[in-house]
Amino acid sequence: MTIDFEAPKPLVNMQTMLQTVAENMMRPTSREMDENEHAIPWDYIEFMHTAMRSMGGAGGLAPVEDKPKEGAEKRPPIGYQKLAVQIEMLAWGDVGYYLITPGGGLGAAAVQAAGTPEQKAKFLARFNDDKPTFAAMCMTEPGAGSDTSAIRARAVLDEKTNEWIINGEKIFVTAGDKSFTEYEKLGKGFIVVWASIDPSAGRAGMRAFVVEAGTPGVKITKLEHKLGIRASDTAAISLVDARVPFENVLGSPTVEKSTTGFKGAMATFDATRPLVAASGLGVARAALEFLKEKLKENGVEIRYGLPRQKLTNIEREVIDMEIMLKSSWLMVLKAVWMADNKKSNALESSMSKVKAGDVTTKVTQKAVEILGPLGYSREFLLEKWFRDAKITDIYEGTGQINRLVVARQILGYTGAELR
Amino acid sequence: MYSFEPNEEQQMLIDAVGKFAENDLRPAAHDAEESRELPKKLVSKGWELGFLQASTPEAYGGFGERSAVTGVLALEEMAYGDLAGALAVLTPSLFATPVLLGGSEEQKQQYLPKIVGGDWAPYTGALMEMSFDFDPNALKTTAKAEGDKYILNGEKIFVPFAKDAEALIVYANLDGITQGFIVEKGSAGLSVSDEREKVMGLNALPMYRVKLENVSASRLGGASGHDFELILSAMRVASAAAAVGVARSSFEFAKNYAKERDAFGVKIAQKQAIAFFLAEMATEMEAIRLLTWEAAWKLDNNKEDAHTAAYLAQTGAADMAMMVTDRGVQIYGGHGYIRENPVELLMRNGRGFASLLGLVIL
Ligand SMILES: Cc1cc2nc3c(=O)[nH]c(=O)nc-3n(C[C@H](O)[C@H](O)[C@H](O)COP(=O)(O)OP(=O)(O)OC[C@H]3O[C@@H](n4cnc5c(N)ncnc54)[C@H](O)[C@@H]3O)c2cc1C
Ligand SMILES: Cc1cc2nc3c(=O)[nH]c(=O)nc-3n(C[C@H](O)[C@H](O)[C@H](O)COP(=O)(O)OP(=O)(O)OC[C@H]3O[C@@H](n4cnc5c(N)ncnc54)[C@H](O)[C@@H]3O)c2cc1C
Repeated sequence: MTIDFEAPKPLVNMQTMLQTVAENMMRPTSREMDENEHAIPWDYIEFMHTAMRSMGGAGGLAPVEDKPKEGAEKRPPIGYQKLAVQIEMLAWGDVGYYLITPGGGLGAAAVQAAGTPEQKAKFLARFNDDKPTFAAMCMTEPGAGSDTSAIRARAVLDEKTNEWIINGEKIFVTAGDKSFTEYEKLGKGFIVVWASIDPSAGRAGMRAFVVEAGTPGVKITKLEHKLGIRASDTAAISLVDARVPFENVLGSPTVEKSTTGFKGAMATFDATRPLVAASGLGVARAALEFLKEKLKENGVEIRYGLPRQKLTNIEREVIDMEIMLKSSWLMVLKAVWMADNKKSNALESSMSKVKAGDVTTKVTQKAVEILGPLGYSREFLLEKWFRDAKITDIYEGTGQINRLVVARQILGYTGAELR
Repeated sequence: MYSFEPNEEQQMLIDAVGKFAENDLRPAAHDAEESRELPKKLVSKGWELGFLQASTPEAYGGFGERSAVTGVLALEEMAYGDLAGALAVLTPSLFATPVLLGGSEEQKQQYLPKIVGGDWAPYTGALMEMSFDFDPNALKTTAKAEGDKYILNGEKIFVPFAKDAEALIVYANLDGITQGFIVEKGSAGLSVSDEREKVMGLNALPMYRVKLENVSASRLGGASGHDFELILSAMRVASAAAAVGVARSSFEFAKNYAKERDAFGVKIAQKQAIAFFLAEMATEMEAIRLLTWEAAWKLDNNKEDAHTAAYLAQTGAADMAMMVTDRGVQIYGGHGYIRENPVELLMRNGRGFASLLGLVIL
């Protein structure tokens, strides 16, 4: 191994292909989807499902490796790198659309991180079936956001039927509607619900349960209206005496005096944080490219290489934005490269999210500011990207929560020592 | 194929330089700054690590190939120990690396074996000039062709070890473009200030002002000259790598201090205001480190946008170093302001990266 920044061929090819998708399937209808919240773009969903399947694994957050050609040399894994590049490119097209790309999403990622081999085999196969299929993850509750230990949802084992009975209120479930509602055009999805099997055990009592689409007692109670990413459905879900089979609990069903249950959730986040960062950076890149294009049209050139003292304010801003964006992307790449190479990346993963949260919001805010009325007008997509961007610093751990995670790692502190 | 792992040889170099930085440079830093004097042995010991020697091909007396990536890895470590010490150890590169990058075959043969084959010797370079908007691509020092020689006029500032320099590369404006010129010790019209330059930080590094009045010099690369951008970018990534090293040093001190210092019944590191500072310092450092690695890699691999990448890395690094070293002082509170504590010097050094160029090259 040696330090190398050459993009692997398969990544470059995929990027080129997805750019075509972004330009032809996403951008032309971005505005329409923004203005018709909760509309479902079946064309896109069906097209993406077919396309991703032909690429060897339908969309989702679980890494997929190309099958090595016979006799070919074994290559280092790049599954997570592929995901990051893919997500960045799709988000460059439209991050709302990206969030409704069919596949396992955060739901499958939870199964991947906390499930047994049998569970993975059982729950993850469906995403490669004929119909596009979704899965979602339900952690957040009205009274429990950043503080996941405050989760109230409860799972009790009915020993007679060997089923879990789940009760709780979940909110802000990305793709919750598409994962749970049984649309004819979709395959059967699921939601992964975090609930406690022993509230007295705190985090050690937390478990994730796979709840299949259509399970009785589970209802979508609301679809949110949002600042941005309006193509993506964000659902509130209530569970009243919902019954799921015993084997749908991910990982171990017994409560040990440890926090393994919660660690399952955290492992999910280690894997997905750089991917969320990548989705933000796609939006930021779109905004920066648009800004540069408009400046160029207006005869404003960026004179790289000049000392700061000779640059105009606009030039300085653009240069700073490029520094932020490029360095932030490298942090994502490093985090996913570590994941591919089975190196523990909790620190890098959270740092990439901290940085991308900052960069994505700043770059889009600045781009709107610099372009004046062009930035504010709905004639262009920039104002939408500004609205879309903000979510990057909120979900998958807010900027503050990720700072805490980073700080604890570098200081060697526990959650109790730094809260 | 992406990879973020130094190879074995690089790792060995990082470890060796790291040890030198930690055991030799760091302990000497404070007194060297205050007395404006680096221990002589320190510089020769650093020279013996063989960094320049290992980046010079065998044909010119060295035993390796130059790699900007290896360079930024080593320099971050060295600057982490102490910036002034690192710059002093690497001063001969200010002459040797431009010769390697832009010199004619004859010039390489003439100088490189002598420099890399011997003890540390004051070969240096003179780029900066005293103007607020100093621009390496629009120098005020001029060069005019006269026969196969060139006549230099102008004034250079912040030239490390100029006093006893065996030879120096002076950068000058030749018909609108920047070119390097080799000026030999004792050339007529060359005068070096008696007084050392006094600057905000880097006081252990002897720097001088150099005047050129109709000095006759030979052009780097001979009559056809050389590509100055290669040299400039090698200076930019070096500046960026050094900035990361200085920032990391301040960060480490501040982190350790914050875990020791009590206030309001807890360690100050347990306060989010301090913990978030540290998290952001670590994050920004890592961001710029990776940007620097990538720029160096692009230079090594002749990528189209390598020069822009080097410029962006340098620019970002200057901001980052200021931010991190400022916070280093802030976290120490009143004690950060006192020169006994290391973060104070680091803040002065941290500010330099936006103003200084050409004091180090890889
Ligand atoms: C569009 C959208 C999609 C989402 N998708 C999903 C999903 O698919 N699944 C899911 O489970 N959740 C999802 N979420 C929820 C999201 O993860 C939470 O909103 C987020 O974790 C923050 O929780 P909260 O909104 O309750 O804010 P709170 O936790 O109430 O935080 C409020 C503020 O306080 C700060 N804060 C909280 N604790 C601390 C602390 N210890 N120190 C310093 N500051 C602190 C926060 O950073 C924030 O600024 C989604 C949210 C949105 C908006
Ligand atoms: C040049 C100079 C002149 C001075 N003159 C005087 C004088 O005339 N008279 C006098 O009495 N004092 C004087 N001082 C002392 C000065 O007021 C203190 O240095 C200052 O109050 C900070 O205290 P400290 O240095 O102990 O830092 P600490 O209190 O140890 O703070 C260290 C760091 O932790 C942070 N911190 C501390 N508590 C918290 C918290 N609860 N939440 C978040 N962050 C926190 C601080 O902001 C700082 O960043 C002087 C100091 C200097 C440097």
